[in-house]
Amino acid sequence: MTNPPVRHDADIIVVGAGPAGSCAAIAAARAGRSVILIERGPFPGSKNMYGGVVYPRILDELVPSWWETMPVQRWVVKRSTMLLSDTGALNVDFRANAWGAPPYNGATAYRPDFDNWLANHAVEAGARLVCSTTVTGLLRDSTGRIQGVSTDRPDGDLHAPIVIACDGVNSFLAKESGLYPHTDASNFTLGVKETLALPKHVIDERFGVRDNQGVDIEILGGTSGVNGGGFIYTNLDTVALGVVLKLPKLAAQQKRPEQIIAELKRHPAVAPLIEGAEVKEYSAHVIPEAGLEMMPTMVADGMLVAGDAAALCLAAGIWLEGVNFAMASGMYAGQAAAEAIAKNDVSSRGLSGYTDRLEKTFVLRDHKKLRKVPHLVLSDRVQHKYPAFVAGVVERVFRVDNPHPKPGVRRIVREERKKAGIGLLDLLRDGWTGMRGFG
Amino acid sequence: MSPTARIERDSAWPEISFEERIGTAEFRIHEKAHITVNGDSCRGCTTRECVVACPANLFVPTSDGGILFNYENCFECGTCYLVCNKEGAISWTYPEGGYGIVFHRT
Repeated sequence: MTNPPVRHDADIIVVGAGPAGSCAAIAAARAGRSVILIERGPFPGSKNMYGGVVYPRILDELVPSWWETMPVQRWVVKRSTMLLSDTGALNVDFRANAWGAPPYNGATAYRPDFDNWLANHAVEAGARLVCSTTVTGLLRDSTGRIQGVSTDRPDGDLHAPIVIACDGVNSFLAKESGLYPHTDASNFTLGVKETLALPKHVIDERFGVRDNQGVDIEILGGTSGVNGGGFIYTNLDTVALGVVLKLPKLAAQQKRPEQIIAELKRHPAVAPLIEGAEVKEYSAHVIPEAGLEMMPTMVADGMLVAGDAAALCLAAGIWLEGVNFAMASGMYAGQAAAEAIAKNDVSSRGLSGYTDRLEKTFVLRDHKKLRKVPHLVLSDRVQHKYPAFVAGVVERVFRVDNPHPKPGVRRIVREERKKAGIGLLDLLRDGWTGMRGFG
Repeated sequence: MSPTARIERDSAWPEISFEERIGTAEFRIHEKAHITVNGDSCRGCTTRECVVACPANLFVPTSDGGILFNYENCFECGTCYLVCNKEGAISWTYPEGGYGIVFHRT
């Protein structure tokens, strides 16, 4: 032995009790390991905000029959994609009432409720949850090996042979460990939203749902010229409405985030849905948007990175997912960490079961398949030209302009394309990238 | 004029003030600032990305060319240090455990 033995407080320290951290803690504790789960907020979920939909099927393994106890607002049975021009809107709707029954698909939920519920499962599995504690850095021995974390509590050092960093999009642990060298603003978007109160029956009527059925609307266009998108999700008696804005573009504009939300709320296709609603909570969070391109190294000696800290957020236009990637990566990190302890090898090689699992499952396979999509969706043409182009085409297709005869769809497309300033080659190229990119 | 151009945006929407807006979020304020802004670096900055992008509107330009910063209503999102182009202008950490933003229906 080259090092004097260190007294360990646990086998594994998990930093951050969000979906990644709690799933890591559940998996490791179930495998018989002692786990400390550290949360800087007063309760799990108190620092967390998202658009509003979680896809929980990955929980089948850790929390069987999760739908019986999960704090759900509504089960999503209707998905809409809304393309907004300045005054028009094209809506593509899909409804599947079957999604409102087991095994379900997506659900709206408040993160403080959901994350708290998941963290309770970690506690039931045997993990020690420590809230109101901010991790301030990594502890290392004389050889540089990670030995735990320091916290802002008096005598707050906690020792363990493995640290799992689930400390969110700003992950100071991943940065400190050198796994995450870049903080290029163009890889990030800012999500801002309003939780808007409306009586339940009003939401049911306006969105065409009943009971605990919910609606998920993704919006392209309507972000005041800043590259990004918008969303509207129904909760039981609130509606979550927000925008996601590319950071450098936002910073270069003269419009502030809440002004962009206000403009979206005034759009003629959006205003009737939320009219009269009172702002109950305004919130903001940064999103790791660039997918595979920005992912850090996930494994080091004595350390794993999961969830937003590992940029495991899928922002691929029609698919906007993050909590499921966080839960899966956390679970795999917890399992790999438990294995490494069992075979007494916490080096990056001993922990490689983590990356093996990520590679084999949807976590990295979805990201690899869709690697070109995040850029395409946030590109200038898709953002600033296509919504008006498509809305213009559809408007003219459906406009009955008698006594003029119908111009024919091909002519409309050609004229609208030119009006929007889109070159034919660019259109074909983007179409091809889109077809290939979406797999 | 095409028919779409005649549809006007609903301008009657009652927009709330920024004070009311930020008042809907709960902040447990610690006496110690978790973010500090180096005023000297800011004085030479002409682009001022933080002023536009901070969702909590915490960066306010002063008449002498500096930036006034208040940490109290911070969402801890990270936007300011990500968009800032001045090395060392913003030093950013999380607040003490248990303090800062507390979300409820997010």
